[in-house]
Amino acid sequence: MTSALRRAAVFFALPITLLAIWWFASAGSTDFLMPPLAKILEVFPETWSRHRLTHDVAPSLIRLAVGFAGALLIGIGAGVVIGSSRVVRLFAEPVLEFLRAIPPPALVPIFILVAGIDNVMKVLVIISGCVWPIVLNTVEGVRGADPVLAETCRSYRIGEMLRLRMFVLRSASPQIVTGARQALSIGIILMVISEMKAASEGLGFTIREFQTGYQFPQMWSGVLLLGLIGVVLSLLFRVAENRVLVWYHGQRAAARVSR
Amino acid sequence: MTRSRHLPSGAGCPAALLGLGGLATFALLLEVLPRAGVLPADYFPPASRIALALLDEFGQPAFREALGDTLLTWVTSLAIAVGAGIAVGVAIGSTPLVRDLTASTIEFLRPIPSVALIPGLIVLLGTGMESTLVIAVYASFWQVLVQVLYGVADVDPVARETAHSYRLKARHRIRYVVWPTTLPYVMTGIRLAAAVALILTITGELVIGTPGLGKKIDVAYSSGDVPSMYALIAVTGLIGVLANVVTRRAERWALVWHPSVRGESPA
Repeated sequence: MTSALRRAAVFFALPITLLAIWWFASAGSTDFLMPPLAKILEVFPETWSRHRLTHDVAPSLIRLAVGFAGALLIGIGAGVVIGSSRVVRLFAEPVLEFLRAIPPPALVPIFILVAGIDNVMKVLVIISGCVWPIVLNTVEGVRGADPVLAETCRSYRIGEMLRLRMFVLRSASPQIVTGARQALSIGIILMVISEMKAASEGLGFTIREFQTGYQFPQMWSGVLLLGLIGVVLSLLFRVAENRVLVWYHGQRAAARVSR
Repeated sequence: MTRSRHLPSGAGCPAALLGLGGLATFALLLEVLPRAGVLPADYFPPASRIALALLDEFGQPAFREALGDTLLTWVTSLAIAVGAGIAVGVAIGSTPLVRDLTASTIEFLRPIPSVALIPGLIVLLGTGMESTLVIAVYASFWQVLVQVLYGVADVDPVARETAHSYRLKARHRIRYVVWPTTLPYVMTGIRLAAAVALILTITGELVIGTPGLGKKIDVAYSSGDVPSMYALIAVTGLIGVLANVVTRRAERWALVWHPSVRGESPA
């Protein structure tokens, strides 16, 4: 009981201290660019009303989800194909290295040209940025598969689909998850940027509107909301990761103990 | 697993040829598809026109200035992030209590998307280099910090106890016990941070309007100069490739002594 209390104290001590410092340091602030934290929290509920949540926040998150899922499908598919063959890998590698190295936000203008400023453009932007870490990590994961297990699969003439599902994807999954984690944070960046550059609704657009409309407490509340979304998404990702990789973490822990 | 490096030096030639073939095919597709009308040429100019626009850009002082601005912002933000990440990481990681106290705060601050700060930065700092620096440093700092924390935690307990028994001074303990274990992690952190800092530098230029390549891309876009827009985007990609090559080289150079580079055991 005391150890749980102690852990809770350790966990919350610094965040509470920092929030308290922000609260009191900004309490008397008359600078209208930096309103007091109390004011920001006060406008939070009215700013992010049910209407805004359904008309701005939800569409942003749905686009992010669709783009991220699309990038996962394309990225894992392409990664397995490229990683399975040495010739294909060597052939595609320089092009992939170049395409991956392009900072994804630089592609936003291209997608606006091609697809306009609607949902399709934003989903394409998110896919175009998220897909590279997933492809490259999947390639590495597929390449790094245990050769003994690969030979075993071949000796037992395990069917292609079964081999893909039970061996190739499974053994590459720690790498794929690493790629997906990088992709998620890029995806959030692109979700916001695509809306700041060109949109008529969405989270990024709304925050930008508050900024240009000099509604600074509302703007800061939007910054807070975006931060919260980032934190919640990374927590959700960790839950998913623990489910998918439970065998892997167990294996690692066992290896560590035996060492 | 024992032989993780698949490329003996003799196989280097066909590998390079295959890669060149891939690049050539890619360029050829970019040339042929728009000309054949498969891709709309208004939006996808053929590769040769992009290359011409690129040559044209290189001749212009405005381009060289933008390139210099981008490189300066990027390298500055990376240097700040790496310096701060290592210093804070070693300071926090060396004391278990401090590490536990800060863990929750780091977990909360790290996933905050740095682009969320853009509107706030514009009103506080304006649209100059500072705003872009802040988002680039913010995003890349965490990459370094987290790696350094992993690295410091990875120090062999026996080595740590030994240093303790011999009463090594803090300075020497960091230099001879903590640093060698942490360095591989630091190099990984730098490689990740270099890519992230470049992304955020271009983002800042594009969205905030800080002078640099990102701003030039935006200008080319809004003036309808599609080939130079592609050319500028290609330049950002080349910078990214260069960053990868340089950081990988630096990694090998800094870690020549390390088993993962010497290939004595699979890392």
